[in-house]
Amino acid sequence: MANVGTPLVELKDISISFGGIKAVDRVSVDLYPGEVVGLLGHNGAGKSTLIKCLSGAYTADSGEVFINGEKVIINNPRDARDQNIETIYQTLALADNLDAASNLFLGRELVTKSGFLDESKMEAETRKIMARLNPNFQKFDVPVSALSGGQRQSVAIARAVYFDAKILIMDEPTAALGPQETEMVAELIQELKNQGLGIFLIEHDIHHVMNLCDRASVMKNGLLVGTERVEDVTEDDILSMIILGKNPKRAK
Amino acid sequence: MNDTTSSKNADDSSKSIISRFITATEIDPRLLGMLGALALIWFGFHFYGVIFNDFGAFLTPRNLWNLSVQTSSIGIMATGMVLVIVTRNIDLSVGSMIGVIAMAMGLLQVEVLPQFVGIGHWSISIIAVIVGLIFGTLIGAIHGWLIAYREIPAFIVTLGGLMVWRGMAFLSGGGRTISPVDPSFALLGGGPYGAVGASVSWVIGGLACFGVGYIIYSGRQSRIKHDFHLRPMWAEMMLTAVGWASIIGAVILVNSYPWPKGIVRQYGAKVGQDLEGTFISHGFAVPVLILVAVGIGMTILMTRTRFGRYVFAIGGNPEAAALAGIDTKWVTMKVFALMGMLTAIASVIASARLNSATNALGILDELYVIAAAVIGGTSLAGGIGKIYGAILGALVMQSLQSGMVLIGFDSAIQRIVVGVVLVLAVYLDIVYNKRVKK
Repeated sequence: MANVGTPLVELKDISISFGGIKAVDRVSVDLYPGEVVGLLGHNGAGKSTLIKCLSGAYTADSGEVFINGEKVIINNPRDARDQNIETIYQTLALADNLDAASNLFLGRELVTKSGFLDESKMEAETRKIMARLNPNFQKFDVPVSALSGGQRQSVAIARAVYFDAKILIMDEPTAALGPQETEMVAELIQELKNQGLGIFLIEHDIHHVMNLCDRASVMKNGLLVGTERVEDVTEDDILSMIILGKNPKRAK
Repeated sequence: MNDTTSSKNADDSSKSIISRFITATEIDPRLLGMLGALALIWFGFHFYGVIFNDFGAFLTPRNLWNLSVQTSSIGIMATGMVLVIVTRNIDLSVGSMIGVIAMAMGLLQVEVLPQFVGIGHWSISIIAVIVGLIFGTLIGAIHGWLIAYREIPAFIVTLGGLMVWRGMAFLSGGGRTISPVDPSFALLGGGPYGAVGASVSWVIGGLACFGVGYIIYSGRQSRIKHDFHLRPMWAEMMLTAVGWASIIGAVILVNSYPWPKGIVRQYGAKVGQDLEGTFISHGFAVPVLILVAVGIGMTILMTRTRFGRYVFAIGGNPEAAALAGIDTKWVTMKVFALMGMLTAIASVIASARLNSATNALGILDELYVIAAAVIGGTSLAGGIGKIYGAILGALVMQSLQSGMVLIGFDSAIQRIVVGVVLVLAVYLDIVYNKRVKK
């Protein structure tokens, strides 16, 4: 599969620093429809920070974001949502005191004609999407604090999937999951990919990266080490990019 | 398969009647706990009076009517304090705000407006209330702006407010008491003239019964529509019956408290009839109706609107709320502005009831308001709180206080008891939460 035409997302020369430390330094990555791009690197390499510039949690100091070839300005999470960018954060970003439906629709509540919350509609919709993503999920009327790690994860995923995302950002989506749930997430990623979504996947597990991703971009100390098609490299190549900060093949 | 069903059934029947009742009616067990505590306080004080003073003064129409009026001002502010505490903030300034808003409204009615429209003009009370509401909202908005946009902790901003507004209250009137307020303004504080009378009370009671019936019916319809779990029919019937009985009971209660003889005579002289010995009912007091309206309005705001949902979300996880695209700063500022407006309403009631504005009005109210919200189940950790809980909390606090006055405890002991009850209530809540989690 060759990536031709206009990329779905293009992050160009993104830089952001916190208190004089360059967390992300002139990094450029891109993403095509129906593609999964893995973002790899040590803790503190700047992966999450880079991706937060796309999801609107941070505003980049410099650099440009293009969606479908058009330059866009993303200053807050709302701007990102307007571009159909959905994010599943590592922390899940759930309000623990609210139930699944309230979390799923947080910030985008369904309302009746008179402007009041349409609770039953929201719960019904939540039941529908959860039936698809996690058929075992039954706890609709309790705060999400009472749910297991995997159930919480499926609420966070449901939130991203429900609103017809075109661009999905997943920050270590399987970190808190057991093997079976991890398998479910892998299947979901495959399914969404086939629907033509572009997915940025932040992942530590090299195995997952090799299995799920089409390309991998490796970062170290805020800099982009390189982007490789996973077919062209071995796990060891990727590991040395992460650890040594250089691509052994290119170095030859 | 068979095994699981039968064991499930066995499980169900082994549960106590009370827990099955709670499951079926979906009543918050906390609400039952609070009503139980209230009943204990009411009957306790009454029978203490019966046994030691030969007269039970607590469970009389007169005392309960007064209790309802005394609860109004704290209760109204407590509904706002729920939002403040749910968003992980605190407001220590409401007592002082009561003072400064009352002074502003008092000076306006007594010294400013009469110069322009003449003493006793109909517009005086309306202008005073509107100006008071705007003033209160503005003070709250200033607090909210400092807290949300300047990121000064709410504790500090409102502690500053506590001192600043009390000082302003003193300066604005030069330490004087401004009295008497406009006669129609005074009606907002209750008293025989500030109550709606027997027939209007029945009309209000009828509307309330209709409202209860409608809520239960439409709730069931909506569950049927979406195919959700339904409450058993007997539970729906029982909730309706209990709702109607309490409303009718309240109407009968307020209607069986007659005007005092002196007021009847005075009123008779005014309308030119001999009303000597006539039984004129108080009916619901105006401040109580304001409290009920505020309580309903705030409940709708908190449970049926986006704003309320965002308030809870911010309290549960401020970061998640921001990532969900919620403008958390703007919501926080609105919460404090709303607190200011509710404080202004409480200030209207408090100064109208006193028929005067003094710079000492509302001293220590902030503590009673916070205590009412916390006793009513609002968690200081944020994210959890109920409007009706806060109002019931205010009623519990006020019941304790007036009960102790009735049986002749002096104010030092009153404070000790209220303090102990506050700590005990929060402790019981913690114990309850731990049990539920297990």
